[in-house]
Amino acid sequence: MSAADGTAREARRFRLPAINPVWFILAALIAAIAIENANFLAPIGYMNFLKRAAPLAILAAGQVYVIVSGGFDLSVGSLITLTVVGSSMLTNNDPAATYWVIPLMLAMGAVVGLVNGLVVSVLRVPSLIATLGMMITLNGLAFLWSGGAPRGYLPETFRFFGRVNLLDVPLVNILPVALLVMIGVGTLLTLLMHRTAYGKLLHAVGDNPRAAFLAGVPVARVRVTAFVISSLSAVVAGILLGGFAGVSTDVGAGYELQAITAAVIGGAQLLGGRGTVPAAMAGALTLNAIFTLLNFLGLPKPVRDVVQGLILIAAVALATLRRRRAGR
Amino acid sequence: MLRGFMTLVGALSLALATTAVSAQNFDDPDEFAKQREQLEMTPNGPEGQPWLQYLGEDMADTSSHAKDGPYTFCFSNAGVNNPWRVVGFTNMQAEVEMHDEIENFVHVDAEGSDDKQIADIEDLLAGGECDVLIVSPNTTAALTPAVERACEQLPVIVFDRGVNTDCPVTFIHPIGGYAFGIEAAEFIADNVDPGANVLMLRILPGVDVLETRYSAGKRIFDEAGLNVVGAEFTDGDNAKTKSIVEDYLQRGQIDAVWMDAGATAVAAIEAFEDNGLEVPPFNGEDQQDFLQKWRDLGMTAIAPTYPTFQWRTPIIAALSVMKGEEVPGPEWVLPQPAIDGDNLADYINESMPPLHYAMCGCEEMPGYPERWGGRD
Repeated sequence: MSAADGTAREARRFRLPAINPVWFILAALIAAIAIENANFLAPIGYMNFLKRAAPLAILAAGQVYVIVSGGFDLSVGSLITLTVVGSSMLTNNDPAATYWVIPLMLAMGAVVGLVNGLVVSVLRVPSLIATLGMMITLNGLAFLWSGGAPRGYLPETFRFFGRVNLLDVPLVNILPVALLVMIGVGTLLTLLMHRTAYGKLLHAVGDNPRAAFLAGVPVARVRVTAFVISSLSAVVAGILLGGFAGVSTDVGAGYELQAITAAVIGGAQLLGGRGTVPAAMAGALTLNAIFTLLNFLGLPKPVRDVVQGLILIAAVALATLRRRRAGR
Repeated sequence: MLRGFMTLVGALSLALATTAVSAQNFDDPDEFAKQREQLEMTPNGPEGQPWLQYLGEDMADTSSHAKDGPYTFCFSNAGVNNPWRVVGFTNMQAEVEMHDEIENFVHVDAEGSDDKQIADIEDLLAGGECDVLIVSPNTTAALTPAVERACEQLPVIVFDRGVNTDCPVTFIHPIGGYAFGIEAAEFIADNVDPGANVLMLRILPGVDVLETRYSAGKRIFDEAGLNVVGAEFTDGDNAKTKSIVEDYLQRGQIDAVWMDAGATAVAAIEAFEDNGLEVPPFNGEDQQDFLQKWRDLGMTAIAPTYPTFQWRTPIIAALSVMKGEEVPGPEWVLPQPAIDGDNLADYINESMPPLHYAMCGCEEMPGYPERWGGRD
């Protein structure tokens, strides 16, 4: 290898963007939305957008833990459904019930995550199968509980988190509670993954579980924790979704794939070892921006589906390309 | 306007003539006109019991099917996979219990699959225990041969969706999809100014009863000179519905909302509420959550129905067939009442679940309200 080669490589590496491309994609989409519809730049426009994107962003922030650990969590959509259905059954129109129903739902989520994690790490069932089984089970439970149709309403105290906009807030005028929840959960999960020893172990386990095990990493415990975090994020997303739009018996359908897609758009590597929480959340916002933009353009549904699919492939390809070029 | 209508009819028939091979036509001007007429007709039969009423005079002779009881009734059901069918099937079970002559009621659930339903019907026929077969077909074309085979063995009653054969004793159904679309759209057209912006929300494409609701609604709006700003598919999803309406509100004013089904009506209304806007004229359906929201907000609204009381009628018809009494046929067209501002209070029952269909005709039945998920 000559010195010239080395310099060329150095130069190329130097030109690589240090910023994850998902932020550019997101910025471009937001700009396109704003050009298409100037009202989007008014607080009510972008705040509604953020409020709507919050559940998926939280879900993606949880999902990226499992993806970094080298797995998938397909059970989150059905856990959202179970959270909404279960909450409506338990609160039974009693506004005061919210205060014990939410902790109970979080506990339920923790148990689901624990079971997922143990099945994957102790019984060694591939996570795709383990969480698919959990998805079917939870959907069945939600159906059994509700009998196939919603049996009650969610009280306003419960819907507060997903529905209410705080008014007369300085600077932005309106501020959705869901956005505050998103910022809170996002900060927490970002710090946990990128500022603690646990986050480093998680990446090590996903990158090379054998090496991590030999290096003394408690692989099972790290993995189980990732699944518990993902399930908890699904419960929070469920609380927001139920709050946003009320009870329905298939509210979570399809969210598992959206969460995985969001994480991948954010540059997370399927099969583990790489991924960040803020980028996964940006991936979720990107996905929502695509939906919103296509709504605003008013294209017929089939055209929208085609465009949406192509944008998704392009976004993921871009994320992958950048990773390959970076050689990391 | 009449001339415009006639031109439209002419253009449509021409369009049809050129595509004569197209299997199903969801925008049939003749059927539209027929259902519009039926909405105005006074039904025959006992007042206050719409599940026993019928439009038109044609009757089917069933004397050849007369038989001594007790009876085994068999029911091949397309599915119990949505709240409408849950309420309907509960009605049917309660109806069966009201008649001691029915010794056995065999129910097979096709879980939304044509193949399973065809196999179900074959199994029921092979079992040889059924005195009468009631079928709620999953899809029209696929189930026709199976129903034809059943007709050779025993009396068959079809309800809800139809089949392409006249071999069943009777086909029980409310007026139809066009009527739903007409009632909703005419109400809206009467309550907004010409040129008003109407948003049409649909569940999904390709389902006959929903397509006809839409084509009828669109036709009325076009006739009335209203501006349909969009027709969007919601997949019956609350969050998606609310998002779509919010997006439209950001882009401009919406003066009315038309929906092909009511399950997500409350989410659509909330989009107006949460954005601090007055809720415009709306149509929903007869679900409790919509009716209560309508009352609470004092909305200008209407709830056309696809009444679940029709699930009682096949049992009643089957009993008549067993006794050799004549029944309305070859089609038993049930009335299709709408809930409006005048009778709204009669249909609200806060103890019932949100998606309970108020036009169930079930209030006097055994086990009401718990059986339908209500609180005592």
